[in-house]
This record gives sequence, structure tokens and C-alpha cells, in this order.
Amino acid sequence: MNGCTVSIKNVSKTFGSFQALDEVGFTIEKGEFFSLLGPSGCGKTTLLRIIAGFEFPDEGTVLFDDKNVIPIPPNKRESNTVFQNYALFPHLSIYENIAFPLRLKKMGKTEIDQRVEKYLNMVQLNAHAYKKPNQLSGGQRQRVAIARALINEPKVLLLDEPLSALDAKLRSNLLIELDNLHDKIGITFIYVTHDQAEALSVSDRIAVMNQGKVLQIGTPYEIYESPATEFVAEFIGETNSLDAVVKECTPIHDKDGQIDEYMCSLEVKELGTTIKITDYDKTAIGQEVCVTIRPEKVRITLEPPQSTKKDLNVLTGVVEEPVYSGFQSKFYVRLDSGSLFKIYKQHSNYLEDGPEIEWKDRVYVSFSPSDGYVVEEIDR
Amino acid sequence: MKKEQGTKAFNKNSLGHLYSWPMGLWFTIFFVVPLAIIILYSFLKKGLYGGVEWVFSFNAYKQMFNPNYGIVLMRTLKISFISTLITILIALPCGYAMARSKIQTFLLFLVIIPFWTNSLIRIFAWMSILGNDGFINSLLMQVGLTKEHLQLLYNQNAVVLVSVYMYLPYAILPIFTAIDRFDFSLLEAARDLGSTKMGSMLRVLLPNIKSGVLTAIIFTFIPIFGAYTVPLLVGGKDSYMIGNIIVDQVNKTRNWPLAAAFSMIITVLSTFGVLWMMFSSKKEAGLKTKKEGGK
Repeated sequence: MNGCTVSIKNVSKTFGSFQALDEVGFTIEKGEFFSLLGPSGCGKTTLLRIIAGFEFPDEGTVLFDDKNVIPIPPNKRESNTVFQNYALFPHLSIYENIAFPLRLKKMGKTEIDQRVEKYLNMVQLNAHAYKKPNQLSGGQRQRVAIARALINEPKVLLLDEPLSALDAKLRSNLLIELDNLHDKIGITFIYVTHDQAEALSVSDRIAVMNQGKVLQIGTPYEIYESPATEFVAEFIGETNSLDAVVKECTPIHDKDGQIDEYMCSLEVKELGTTIKITDYDKTAIGQEVCVTIRPEKVRITLEPPQSTKKDLNVLTGVVEEPVYSGFQSKFYVRLDSGSLFKIYKQHSNYLEDGPEIEWKDRVYVSFSPSDGYVVEEIDR
Repeated sequence: MKKEQGTKAFNKNSLGHLYSWPMGLWFTIFFVVPLAIIILYSFLKKGLYGGVEWVFSFNAYKQMFNPNYGIVLMRTLKISFISTLITILIALPCGYAMARSKIQTFLLFLVIIPFWTNSLIRIFAWMSILGNDGFINSLLMQVGLTKEHLQLLYNQNAVVLVSVYMYLPYAILPIFTAIDRFDFSLLEAARDLGSTKMGSMLRVLLPNIKSGVLTAIIFTFIPIFGAYTVPLLVGGKDSYMIGNIIVDQVNKTRNWPLAAAFSMIITVLSTFGVLWMMFSSKKEAGLKTKKEGGK
């Protein structure tokens, strides 16, 4: 099977007075596993429905390779959809559900048999071919929906929050299956989700959306490690966000004398001090920015940190709420300045853990300049 | 599990019966007993001035084998069939539009409004619409489309038209309920998988609202099959139906056993119709489980 590129060009859509999509445009590469990630109401499902052909954009076009598909009705588009609630036909057996698109094409009986068999095999549901959808578990139904969407051999598979109705454990298993499936058949997958963990773990690239706009497009690593906006930083994983003003921004040169990154001194009002954070771009002095520091990158210690790293940022505070959650502990530390700071500490026996930190302990919170990011675009 | 079965059995055996006896009594007195009387009368001899003589006889059933009555039976079937077909064909899009509408409650209200008026009055309303000096005729003549009155009343078409009007709400309601419960994303799924708009209606919507359509058919066909007022008031010679035979046998010819025998025909045919529909849906379910077991 072969995928195709999907180009979205300046797509806008309003429902009444609600702007669902606001001049969205990007290109999804052939064979890519691309996620549309955002909170509910951000427009991700509307965009998917426009690609599938169930909605028409007010403006803009969608191209499959170089072909404008907007005038093509959904039954003629080379895309198929896995619906959020599976949308299996309750009156048909699993076999007939999967054979549905082939029957519409008036394919021969033996050919239908072969094709359905092949796809039932692929999703490991041969034993259930003559059951009705309501006799299957949620995970099995999901797999039927995927087989049914693939049997037409589309160029693009659209998945609308396909795992949201399943429990956490099943979800992670199906996610791996989905990833393997994508590697095997190689068509373009467009995956809509509000779950950042799902998106991060399977996507080649992610588009983070909010309020009808695409905020950032990048690989999971780029999105997590260098979020473009405060919203992206807060939406993808946990973070500590601080409002700050740039006081100084000096270039750091690498060994060839090229400018590698910039060391920024930032005045953080709520902390009452200045912290140092590195940034890839030069930021104007006096600009208001947002600093985000991931809680798992922060160290929490009872003793003052003894690090060889220079420019280490050290804050002090009192543990207000220690939360044990199995593989890690979360600490909510009330800093001396009064603001709350999240710190996640991984449990590990390999590295020395040090004495246990408990409620009301006085602690040192430290992070190096490279562990935070300066976000210039503030959404608030 | 055992305990659960125990409570179920308890409900079934004692409390359920306790609660249902008023209903049971009601049905016995006003439904079973009259039916038994009709069955009994159909096997008796006719009295001289109406009523019955208490002598067992097949006379009533023998009298029924008369070609004239055969014609009436076929005509009744034909009128019922055509009216039901038209009713369902109108009720399907109506129910669909209502189920998808934002002003559902209002539309439902509109469908129910006719129930507020006595059916006889509604039939008279149709007579004044279709009559020689009625609304349609005077409109057509005023506009100048026709010079003479069109004979709209006192024929089979009028009977079909008024029957459709009378039973349309009974067909719309179960169909609407079924479509309202239908998951419309299934239609999108069908479209996505290559089906046309009409195709997705026939292949996905219709099979999933089958029970609602069957109920609508029963609610429409059976009362029209036994109709008497509609053919009496808006029908003519060509629309004399079984219901009219029964009334005439009771009132004019005073052959009560024959009237009872014709009533039996309506009852038996309706019962078979209902049973057939129940079994056809049951059989289908049975077939599928069998196939599943075989594989």
C-alpha cells in the first residue's frame, strides 16, 4: 500500500460565531504518522472531518498529493476513518462489517473472502468473524474498526481519538499495535488525540493545536524539549511556568567560535530573584517572556547542592505536599518567595537516592540553565 | 449468581402476578370475553330478527364462500396494502427529519395535535375539503383550471388518502423513536467506506430501525384492514370493505353469525400478520447464532 502527502492550505471553518479553525496550513508527508494534539474544542476533530470529507472548509483547500479533494465526496476520497466510538454496524457480523466496502464495490465472493480473511488475520480476530459487534470487547471492536478502515487500501488513515474509550492498559497495548501496523503498511496516518502521552509515543510529528490555530509542529522531542509557546509547554507534560523579564542575553561560543546558544539572565518577579536559562535564540533585553522548567529536570535535596556545573540555579523552600506514585515521587514545594514549584523525582536504586525527603522538610531546589526554556510567546 | 436467580424467580412467581392482576382482569373482561362471544356467535344459527339461535352450525362460514365477499376481501387487502405503503413511505423521511431536527419537541407536538380531535370530525373535515363544493374544487374553479367539479370524494382514492392521513401519526411515532435512537455516526462510517447517501440509508439506517418500521406497519395495516368509518363516509361502491360488511350484517341484514365470522377473519389475519412479523425477526436472530455456532 502506498500513502500520499496531505497538504492543508489556509483552512478556516466557523460554526455560527465559533471559529473552529483559523487559517490552518501545513503538509503531512507521505507515510508519516502525524498527530493532531490539543484540548477538546481546539479544532483537531473538525480538521480531521474536513480531510475525511464530512465538513467543508469555509476557506482553503486540502490536497492529497497534488489533487484538491474538497469537491470529492467522502465515499470517493482515498482516505478512511477509524471513528471515536468505532461506528461498527450493529446489524452486521464482524465479517460483514469488514466486507462492507468490498460489497459496495461488487467484488467477487472468493476475492472478498480472501481479503476479509487477510485483514481479520492482521487484527487477530479470525475466531470472532461471525459474532456481532456487541459481543466483542472494546479493544476487539477497535481492531474491527481498524480492519474495516484499511480493507479499502486507502492512502490516508484518519484516526479520531480511537483509544479514548478504552482503559489505560489496553490503550498502551493497542497503541503499540497501531505503531507496528503503521510500520508494516506504510500509509499516511493522521491521528487525533487530546492525550499528549499517546501522541508523544507514536508520532513522527505532532501538530499542537489550540483555539483553531496550530501552535507548533515538530517531532515529539522538539515539542517537549523546546515548546514554542507557553500553551504548548503547559499542555505537553507537566511544567513550572514563571513570568520573567530578560535582563541580559550573552552569546555562548562553541569551540569553533560559532554562537551555540545564548545565556539569559531573567528577572522573575514572583521568585524575587534572577535565574539563568540558556536559549537558542537571542532575546531582546527588557522583553517579557515565560520560563518553563520541567519538574523531572529539577533536583530536590536536603543539603545545598554540590555541583560542578556553573550557573546552577538554586532556590529554597519547604515541602508542602509529597505525593508517592510508585515509580516516582512528586513534591510540591512552597518556595520562600511564596510560589509553588513542582518537582518529580524518579525512584532508582542504581543512583544514590540520599535521605528520604518528607513533609515540611526544608529543601534546596536546583536546576541548570539548560534545563529550562525561554518561551517568548505568552498566550495569557 | 444463585441469589440473583432466586430473586428473579421470586419476582416472577409472586409479585409480578400480584401487580398485573388488575390489567389481567381488564383484558379478560373487555378483550377476551368479547372475543370469545364473537367466536361463539360465528358458530351459531342466525335469529329471525337479529341475534342468534343457540344451535351449532357452520352456516356463517359457508355463506362467506361467495365470490362477492371474495372481491370485498381482496379489495380490503389492496386498499390496506396501498395505504400502508404510502404511509410508511411518508413516515420514514418525516421520522428522519424529526430525529435530526433541533426543534424535535415542537415537531413531535405537531404530529400529536390531530389526536386532540375526534377522528369522525377529522373525516368530516376531509369531506369538506374534497367535496364538490369543497375547498379544492372551489379553488380550482376560481383559478380557472377546471370548469366542472372534480369527483374527489366517494371513491377508493379518497379512502386511501384519508386512511393515510388518519394513521400517519401512528406510523411516524415508532419510526421516529427508532431513528432517534440510531447512531448517526454509522451513516458517516458508511459514507466513509464508499457508500452513497441513499445507499447508506438503505444499507445501514433501514436495517437498524427495522423494528420501528415493523411496528409502524402493524399500527397502520391492521386498523385500516378493519376500517369501517372511513370507507363509509368518504368511500363509494368501489371501496366497500370488510368492516362495512360486518356493520351491514349487524344492522341491515341482521345476520349476526355472519358478522361474527367476518370479524373472525379480520382477527385471524391480523394475528397471523403480527405473529409472522414477530417470528421473522426472531428467525433471523436464530439463523445468525446458528451460523456463528457452525464456524
